[in-house]
Amino acid sequence: MPALRPAATRLTPELDQAWIAKGVRRSRVWLCESNLTVREGVYEMQETYNYKVVRQFAVMAVVWGILGMAMGVFIAAQLVWPDMTYGIEWMSYGRLRPLHTNSVIFAFGGCALFATSYYVVQRTCHTRIFSDRLAAFTFWGWQAVIVAAAITLPQGITQGKEYAELEWPIDILIAIVWISYAITFFGTLLKRKTPHIYVANWFFGAFILTVAMLHIVNSMAMPAGLFKSYSAYSGVQDAMIQWWYGHNAVGFFLTAGFLGMMYYFVPKQANRPVYSYRLSVVHFWGLIFTYMWAGPHHLHYTALPDWTQSLGMVFSLILLAPSWGGMVNGIMTLSGAWDKLRTDPILKFLVTSLSFYGMSTFEGPMMAIKTVNALSHYTDWTIGHVHSGALGWVAMVSIGSLYYLIPRMFGREAMWSVRLINVHFWLATLGVVLYIAAMWVAGVSEGLMWRATNPDGTLTYSFAEAVKATYPFLFIRFLGGVLYVAGMLLMAYNVYRTATAKDARVYDDAPVPAAALAHA
Amino acid sequence: MDINDLRSLFTVLGLASFVGIVWWAYSGRRGAAFEQAARIPLDDDDRPSSGVAGHKNQTRIEQ
Repeated sequence: MPALRPAATRLTPELDQAWIAKGVRRSRVWLCESNLTVREGVYEMQETYNYKVVRQFAVMAVVWGILGMAMGVFIAAQLVWPDMTYGIEWMSYGRLRPLHTNSVIFAFGGCALFATSYYVVQRTCHTRIFSDRLAAFTFWGWQAVIVAAAITLPQGITQGKEYAELEWPIDILIAIVWISYAITFFGTLLKRKTPHIYVANWFFGAFILTVAMLHIVNSMAMPAGLFKSYSAYSGVQDAMIQWWYGHNAVGFFLTAGFLGMMYYFVPKQANRPVYSYRLSVVHFWGLIFTYMWAGPHHLHYTALPDWTQSLGMVFSLILLAPSWGGMVNGIMTLSGAWDKLRTDPILKFLVTSLSFYGMSTFEGPMMAIKTVNALSHYTDWTIGHVHSGALGWVAMVSIGSLYYLIPRMFGREAMWSVRLINVHFWLATLGVVLYIAAMWVAGVSEGLMWRATNPDGTLTYSFAEAVKATYPFLFIRFLGGVLYVAGMLLMAYNVYRTATAKDARVYDDAPVPAAALAHA
Repeated sequence: MDINDLRSLFTVLGLASFVGIVWWAYSGRRGAAFEQAARIPLDDDDRPSSGVAGHKNQTRIEQ
């Protein structure tokens, strides 16, 4: 190859404007990074997508998924065999439960969201990611947050706020990483070469912005040493801000972002456009306008003012409409291609996830009704509801999307074994069903036993009697979890075989379609 | 004006803008644009093998 001398290069008119803006010095670096081919004296410059960061996050999603879910199985086993860790403090349920929730939500879910959003925003905007360095920083920064969580939480270093346990120095790191994520994502949207911002990006964008706001507001605290802080809020305000954060973490971290996945990967895998683009617009704004107000349903029958509780209940009920609109939109995308469900296990994952989304977004509003909540709150029913959303919806749509992404990241058409994906699908489905059915029975039993009174007003059952009634179901839940983790282990093996297959390669030269330049 | 009037106003404006968005999304003239937008992911071939074909239209720098 002749030496590259960009200074002598004649720029053709159709050359990307951004290339010129970056200046000649920068472009030399860029030329070397890009996929450059020389043919008969013509330098052909090809912009490529940044697959590296997508691949890193995708692989780590699988790793953290296994660790986080295995941690869940471990603490589920503790509920069945309470003495199994011999009273060792840092292995106790109270220390490890937040590590389980943080690692499945933020490590597994987070990495899956980073991977898919970076992929989708690049591919639908026909442009390389805004900044390779910033994207790499979000990867390493996020991994550092996860490791810091794994070190501090078992030691009992916690702010004690559910899903916001991490202490203030880690909170600051999260804020920095998250703002870098926002700059990377929105920067990519700004330099897009397509006229329209595809709907999946709207959902990813809303998720990124809202989580930044929620995290920063809820984590406001006064430090009292490196590992201790006090919330900036007190009393019922603190509780309300916490559940404003908590429920919107469900609504934006665990819903909007994953709906972004749905709007890209379901149409891609089914090879059909989304059922109704109009509905997707209304779905988006419906969620945005209502989710923010649903938090108070976590505080029914507490010191929170009654009107606020009722407001939270009403908005939770309204949420059913946009949620089901979105579910219908996703599932109906398959209309005319239902036969693909028989043979394509990735599509099975995606469509089953939507069924669980519909189920848990029906169950949620129902549980937000105050009289129903009087029965369900503080029982295992809530745990069942959360896992029908987390394992059924969030994890399954992520797994389906990762099975789509990972072979592409290694330059292959498909995973090493499609049959293993199918086995994974059935293990996961059976695992979720066992889990949530057991928790329904356990939860309703608890609720009924706790509220039962004798004619003289005394409680019919002692607390230990309710524990005893739920005991067999705690074991069934443990089994469900084991099946789910077993499926994840198969996935890891399949990913390993895909990445090390003979025709696999680290695929970093996926070309940005040049035809898109015409739209610029 | 009481702060609660502002809060009520905000709620009403919120509802009005949502109704406006629904009306806009379902207005007839958006049809073709939305159909095109829905095709965005499908018109982009992201199979690894398509990388070779991508060379045909790429931008050139002539020496």
